[in-house]
Amino acid sequence: MTVALSGKEVAAKLEQQFPASIIESNEDSLLVKSESLFELVSFLKTTPDLEFNFLSSITGIDYFDYFEVVYHLTSMIHNHSLVVKTRCYGRENLVVPSIVSLYQGANSQEREIYDLMGISFEGHPNMKRIFLWDGFQGHPLRKDYL
Amino acid sequence: MAIRTEPFVLNMGPVHPSTHGVFRMRLTLDGEVVVDIEPVVGYLHRGIEKLAEERTYTGVIPLTDRLDYISSMSNNLAYVLAVEKLAGIKVPERAEYLRVIMAELQRIGNHLIATGSFFNDCGAYFTPFLHMYREREKIVDLFEMVCGQRLTYNYMRVGGVSQDIPEEFLPALDRFLEQMPRSVDEFDWFLKDNEILLTRSKGVGILTNEKAINCSITGPVLRASGVEWDLRKADPYSIYDRFEFDIPTGSAGDCYDRYRIRIEEMRQSLRIIEQAVKQMPSGPVMAEVPHLVRPPVGEAYSHIESPKGELAFYLVSDNSIAPYRCHIRPTSLMNLSAIREMVIGWKIADLMVIFGSIDICLGEVDR
Repeated sequence: MTVALSGKEVAAKLEQQFPASIIESNEDSLLVKSESLFELVSFLKTTPDLEFNFLSSITGIDYFDYFEVVYHLTSMIHNHSLVVKTRCYGRENLVVPSIVSLYQGANSQEREIYDLMGISFEGHPNMKRIFLWDGFQGHPLRKDYL
Repeated sequence: MAIRTEPFVLNMGPVHPSTHGVFRMRLTLDGEVVVDIEPVVGYLHRGIEKLAEERTYTGVIPLTDRLDYISSMSNNLAYVLAVEKLAGIKVPERAEYLRVIMAELQRIGNHLIATGSFFNDCGAYFTPFLHMYREREKIVDLFEMVCGQRLTYNYMRVGGVSQDIPEEFLPALDRFLEQMPRSVDEFDWFLKDNEILLTRSKGVGILTNEKAINCSITGPVLRASGVEWDLRKADPYSIYDRFEFDIPTGSAGDCYDRYRIRIEEMRQSLRIIEQAVKQMPSGPVMAEVPHLVRPPVGEAYSHIESPKGELAFYLVSDNSIAPYRCHIRPTSLMNLSAIREMVIGWKIADLMVIFGSIDICLGEVDR
């Protein structure tokens, strides 16, 4: 049975290495600052007890005041999973670090979030729209696109 | 005198008999050898995630049918499991067993199409495809008995299934279970050691296990690379922990292993269905659920082992009658993450075999 790790327990393990990066943590998930996202996920991937080697999915959500990007990570070695979230505020010029160099599976998911939500991923090798054609104006999955 | 050569770009357009749907590849070729490939998707993008935000939770179920339109029952199952997790609804026993039977029949149906199309791509023009479709007709007839539909079933509901099976279903299923193992064995006898298949698929399109895990690949493609990861065993959902079955795993990570795994999975699915039919109790098939489901504020991520890999729904609810956000983990789009590494260096003919062995469905890629 895949154990869904508690955000609080993982936050306690990460406190030492990343003192100012974790904004809040609860039973279900871990909310981190977007500037330290890459180092944190890299640490989660390589630390022996955690070893999250598999990226299940990346989702973008529009909450009007901010956008949230949710990462579902799984470890096939220890059979546990974790939810990591990050936020970006505002409606224009949204940037989140890309984790494509850690997980190649993030490539198409990040392009999809750029295409449909408008969040740009810094460090992505091919930051272009994936479903809609190149000249399309707007980002359809946003709540203010009607 | 040396002949000057240069690579050229060829478009394997969205309309093509071998691309399993509207899928476009921009190939850079040096003669016949593929130097670079750029997949272009989006020709079937219908905005299902946006539509889901405007419909009620039950109204999203017909939309999920059209994701991976070859295996609709699995899509339905993944979605209703997510809603039930979000709302804390418990499903009656008989409905759980019916869901497992439908999901495993769907797995066999999907693998029949996948294997038949794979042989089309290898050049065995339509003979294995015809025989496999003939077996799939029996499964589709069973589904028609249950819900009246042949392709997009809309059978599962939040809290159970939409209706109980009619009385002619179980005798027909028993006849199917008696005769299908012999058909799978026949396909195996004729195809497993076929010289053309072995030449065209053994050692072709190899994917190593580290690459597969890093590219978020799941399903038979992952298991062919030697990683024994099947969500029915690793994270059992519904009542899969009550059944005994094996997980076929390959070792070489080539197209031949992917084909062998699909044949073996058909045999394991038949085992699961036999056990489920024996254990199924009588009773209601639908829980006491309000007409308009209104889950509390929260979120839920629920995944299943669909025939193509890990299919997951991530639902966010704000206590209204429609989901606030419904995100679908696109199994086939993730399975295409490693296509460049698998294909570069091979010829166009091998490209079709490799692409066919991944088994994608454009409805799921584009949503």
